[in-house]
Amino acid sequence: MAVLAKRATRVICQGLTGRAATYHIGRMVAYGMRLVGGVTPGKGGQRYLDVPVFDTVAEAIAETGATASLVFVPPANAADAMIEAIDAGVELVVCVTERVPVMDMVRVRQRLAGSRTRLVGPNSQGILVPGETQLGVMTTINARRGPVGIASRSASLTSEVVAQTTAAGLGQSTTIGVGGDPVHGLGLADCARLFLDDPATEGIILIGEIGGSDEEEAAALIRQLKPDKPIVALVVGRNAPQQQRMGHAGALAAGQTGGAEAKIEALREAGVTIAPRADLVGMTMRQVLVG
Amino acid sequence: MNLHEFQAKELLAQFGVPIPRGRIAASPPEAASVARRLGLEQCVVKAQVHAGDRAANGGIRFASGPDEAGKMAAELIGRPLITAQTGPAGQQVRWVYLEEAVAFERNFYVAVIVDRATGGVVLTIHDREAGPRSGTTVRLEISGEDVSGDFEKAAAAFGLAPSSASLLAKRLSQIAEAAVALDAMLVEISPLALTQAGDLVALDAKVNVDDNALFRHPDLIALREVSEAEDGDPAALAADRHQINYLRLGGDIGVVVNGAGLALATLDLLREAGGEPANFMDIRTTATSLDIAYAFELIAANPRVRAVLVNVHGGGMQRCDTIADGIGIAVRRTGCAAPIVVRLAGNNAEFAASRLKSYGVPVIGTGDMWEAASMAVELATRKAA
Repeated sequence: MAVLAKRATRVICQGLTGRAATYHIGRMVAYGMRLVGGVTPGKGGQRYLDVPVFDTVAEAIAETGATASLVFVPPANAADAMIEAIDAGVELVVCVTERVPVMDMVRVRQRLAGSRTRLVGPNSQGILVPGETQLGVMTTINARRGPVGIASRSASLTSEVVAQTTAAGLGQSTTIGVGGDPVHGLGLADCARLFLDDPATEGIILIGEIGGSDEEEAAALIRQLKPDKPIVALVVGRNAPQQQRMGHAGALAAGQTGGAEAKIEALREAGVTIAPRADLVGMTMRQVLVG
Repeated sequence: MNLHEFQAKELLAQFGVPIPRGRIAASPPEAASVARRLGLEQCVVKAQVHAGDRAANGGIRFASGPDEAGKMAAELIGRPLITAQTGPAGQQVRWVYLEEAVAFERNFYVAVIVDRATGGVVLTIHDREAGPRSGTTVRLEISGEDVSGDFEKAAAAFGLAPSSASLLAKRLSQIAEAAVALDAMLVEISPLALTQAGDLVALDAKVNVDDNALFRHPDLIALREVSEAEDGDPAALAADRHQINYLRLGGDIGVVVNGAGLALATLDLLREAGGEPANFMDIRTTATSLDIAYAFELIAANPRVRAVLVNVHGGGMQRCDTIADGIGIAVRRTGCAAPIVVRLAGNNAEFAASRLKSYGVPVIGTGDMWEAASMAVELATRKAA
């Protein structure tokens, strides 16, 4: 068991015939991801990487029965690709594209509301279910199947914490990169909820950073649910360089001002164990999980 | 990308928001002649910096006639302006904006921002005299080019005469439309002034445009060139062209890290170990070894740097060996006087270590990032003593 994806998950790739997709999808298929089709407008009817290519997501879904789509489309068209997948009723959309305009993501979020789609990303390293499937661009060398669910805003720290939890003899049930962009799909709170409901996940690690309100939302959810599963959090950026400020709107609006200390305090008050340092996340989880 | 007041106002005017008559000037004589040509008897001389709180800090002055305008420009141009938003060093004033003074009866604060918590765009307005609590917030709906929201309801919150309230609703709609069309992360108009003649005029404007959307705003890219030349750190701007986020800080430990999260974590570890980072660095996944060499040379050339900490966790898109090659190229090209502590983990870590060796880079290696941070701090301290 895992969350969001498993070995049997049938996946299409939007932008399959691009250079980055060709390289990374090859790695994912080698890991066990079940690629059943690709979407590149104008290239419908061809075959690529041993799967059929379609002009539209709707066709690809109808022909292949895919339930997940990986979006490898350049920034200018990434939002349209996500919206196409949402409109086609794809259950899981993972977007790895970096530098998608924020206003485009606002449009995507409007379309997501009330849909059946779960969006991971953009600017996400994706989802890894160790030993089963990989819907993303992360390295898998230190990943091992195990009981720890990891949700993170940072790709580099996810690799780090995956290695730490493996070295601590634990391993991972699923890792989810929620992406580093201001407006994104699933947040840390959504991931925490998924992991709490997942029998294969015995402990949860949340990796946060300054800015936004993902950590505060996760803290509010955890405080409300009072789960038995142990949760460990790392929040980085206590010593981040001060950003230049312009205007007062940030301070007036909710959710714009998340400093590291405030996030750590909110999580601690909710009962989350705070990892004392970035190199001690795996050991902290081991202590709360195994004792 | 932050725009200057005069740039922001010109853009807002294109969406129908009235702005006072005004022009930019780069020198005191030019300021006087602009005031004369525009026939400004009572005019406002406004320092153009990318920061707010100018009025409280002498950055906005009122002049009677062109001669006084020239004198005030002389007091502003070529000097730093320090406000609560500029940092202690202030921002250098290169231009002043001269504008006709506008008398008003009421004045409002209006902002459109991307609300990260809800993933939506909101417009917020309050009466500046009554304070933020007098205000209200409108959630915007975006459909294609159309931007809608309940602007009538927001405009009705301030006890205005029906004609003024209806005009305010129209302005709010224009401002919202501009924000979305410009891909703005922030539009702030403060004050939006209700004049004695009954019009609603933008007396100040701040606009910050999403850098990731500049590809569809070629006209704004030209403005960026101006802004960058003006107040950007040249090293940071050059690094940006090399796919690296680089920010110089005050300490003595140079830092090479891939990924923003690991970079923030590394700064935290260094401080925890009692050290002070000389820079922030986030190597983007698109950086090549030559890009990384360029960034490493920025660190090696910083005379304050007494030790370099390389903390890299190779991922699926940026592998350790690419970064090792970058360091190797830089050290061969320009050398590095400071000792280099290297911690490599993840994708191609071992290969990267052998690459560094074959480049002949003398490194102090460790597999543990806390140990690496502690060693870098110790080396920097020893060198300082």
